[in-house]
Amino acid sequence: MRALTWHGTRDVRVESVSDPEIINPRDAIIKVTSTAICGSDLHLYDGVIPGMQSGDVLGHEFMGEVVETGASSTLKKGQRVVVPFTIACGGCFHCAVQQYSACENSNPVEKQDMSATLYGHPMAGLFGYSHLTGGYSGGQAEYVRVPFSDVGPIIIPDHLEDDNVLFLSDILPTGWMAAENADIGPDDTVAVWGCGPVGLFAIQSALVMGAAQVIAIDHYPHRLELARKLGAKIINFRETNVREALMEMSGGIGVDAVIDAVGMEAHGFAIDNMLDVVKQKVGVGADRASALKQALLAVRFGGRVSIPGVYGGMTDKFPLGALMEKGVQLRTGQTHVQKYLGDLLAKIEDGTLDTTFLISHHLPLEDAATGYRNFKEKQDSWTKVVLRPGMEAGAAGASTTRTMEQV
Amino acid sequence: MSRDANNTLSRAGGIAIGAGLIGAAVVGGALASGMRRGRSPDDAPGRTARRGFGEYDVSGRTVTIRKPRAEVFRAWREFEKLPQFMENVVSVRPGDGEGRWRWTIRAPRGVVELETEVVREQENELIAWRSTDKSEIDTEGRVEFRDAPGDRGTQVTAIIAYKPPAGEAGRAIAKLFQREPQIQARHDLKRLKMLLETGEIATSARTADATRKAKMEEA
Ligand SMILES: [Zn+2]
Ligand SMILES: [Zn+2]
Repeated sequence: MRALTWHGTRDVRVESVSDPEIINPRDAIIKVTSTAICGSDLHLYDGVIPGMQSGDVLGHEFMGEVVETGASSTLKKGQRVVVPFTIACGGCFHCAVQQYSACENSNPVEKQDMSATLYGHPMAGLFGYSHLTGGYSGGQAEYVRVPFSDVGPIIIPDHLEDDNVLFLSDILPTGWMAAENADIGPDDTVAVWGCGPVGLFAIQSALVMGAAQVIAIDHYPHRLELARKLGAKIINFRETNVREALMEMSGGIGVDAVIDAVGMEAHGFAIDNMLDVVKQKVGVGADRASALKQALLAVRFGGRVSIPGVYGGMTDKFPLGALMEKGVQLRTGQTHVQKYLGDLLAKIEDGTLDTTFLISHHLPLEDAATGYRNFKEKQDSWTKVVLRPGMEAGAAGASTTRTMEQV
Repeated sequence: MSRDANNTLSRAGGIAIGAGLIGAAVVGGALASGMRRGRSPDDAPGRTARRGFGEYDVSGRTVTIRKPRAEVFRAWREFEKLPQFMENVVSVRPGDGEGRWRWTIRAPRGVVELETEVVREQENELIAWRSTDKSEIDTEGRVEFRDAPGDRGTQVTAIIAYKPPAGEAGRAIAKLFQREPQIQARHDLKRLKMLLETGEIATSARTADATRKAKMEEA
């Protein structure tokens, strides 16, 4: 099959690799119809996530058609499914309490030691995301082997297009859980740092949950415009003193809830020399976790702090005093995708949530490397790239690639 | 195993139950000297102590398996099926006499043969074994089964005492091959957990010939 493979920093290629096979009874093989490039794929692209091996197939946001099933899979050939990026067994303690992204059984045993050393406990398995999280081949490919296929994938009714539901795989539930973690009530002012895909979905979710006011913070004009279209107020941090503005816009109380949808950006971390990397990059190092630090100062006493943004290592000059003294509630974590799929699919079907506004480009899988480069370098206009294995190479002309003006 | 040795172990705060079974040499040596002296009366399992156990390598690990205690006990008690989750165990067959089992275990150079006898067994609670003099390595261990709080299932603790082959050099080689008992025991317990909780052992391989199991069998 054809697949997007990783070979080193900013070196990804579409090449031919072996087709996946059914190995365990609960497996299924999915023929991918749509797959997206995620902001967190750029961390792999930038080479800042440890545990990558040359030839790894990337991609954790994908959907497609069931073409093969193991003896214990509950899926049927021909069904259309969206697959959660978090691999969960459904049978362990964490799955039982719906903390699916902490599944104890999805990361192969021999791969667990690396993240256990780093975090004290091993991470769960994720598709296409380094050997820290299992080293599973990802979805930017023609076919994917999906373990525990009786637990994760959600069956999609025929009347919904791929573009309507693809983001159930990660960013929509991630944005939703970010808002849920911010415990939003009707009188609340919610501030969201970062208007990337997760930030935009967190904004949309916070508004659906009934927030009085959502304030979006970024510096990319187009992304801010998308946030405004969703109903948020916007702040461009290049032009405005964010903390002062938030105080004024919340009537001097401070914002009730803050969401850091920025994360670690493209800063390096590695198991052994995390601190050294910080020291080497003093210039950028000072910006690490800057959104979170700002959010902690902006949140009101007794407010809520939600962190969907991905962090991997450590940070310095962290405002620990503000965190403690202000009595805030802090909630974090990889998304428990399986927990949210049913409700969010229903909200897509009844029109409460729309996810298609985000997609700026459709490309053939063959052009995935171009997609990575532009998604990285033209963040303002390349808001979300959807890859289609079936689409012919070079077909992403004006007819198939929606330009920003059309969005 | 003498009753006295067991009592000594209890008094020592549950230290190194495996090592305690080993006999007078170890009980009289490491346990009596370094291990009891200076031990503060905390409630931590002895195997988590910040000191060694002489020439024996003692390790223990607990996992919680979300299945009833009897089921977990049964899975361990079927010795011939242990290779399903014990990666380095090629086979377990009945040995010479009641409670004796012959183990073929992958080692850095080829395989080692081991015979164990079950020295204590309490239904759904405990299985303890030790190697007989027909073994190439000197080892013993026990596995304990307790109900986890609420409906979390069963806590399984495996404690293994083992004399590394050919001293430090042997251990270094074993470590190189990721077959040191400590790592192995931890990994094996987690594979048992996977098998019981999910019915299979997770692999991230894309093709059947690339799984860890297939590669080990090939090697
Ligand atoms: Zn993603
Ligand atoms: Zn699980």
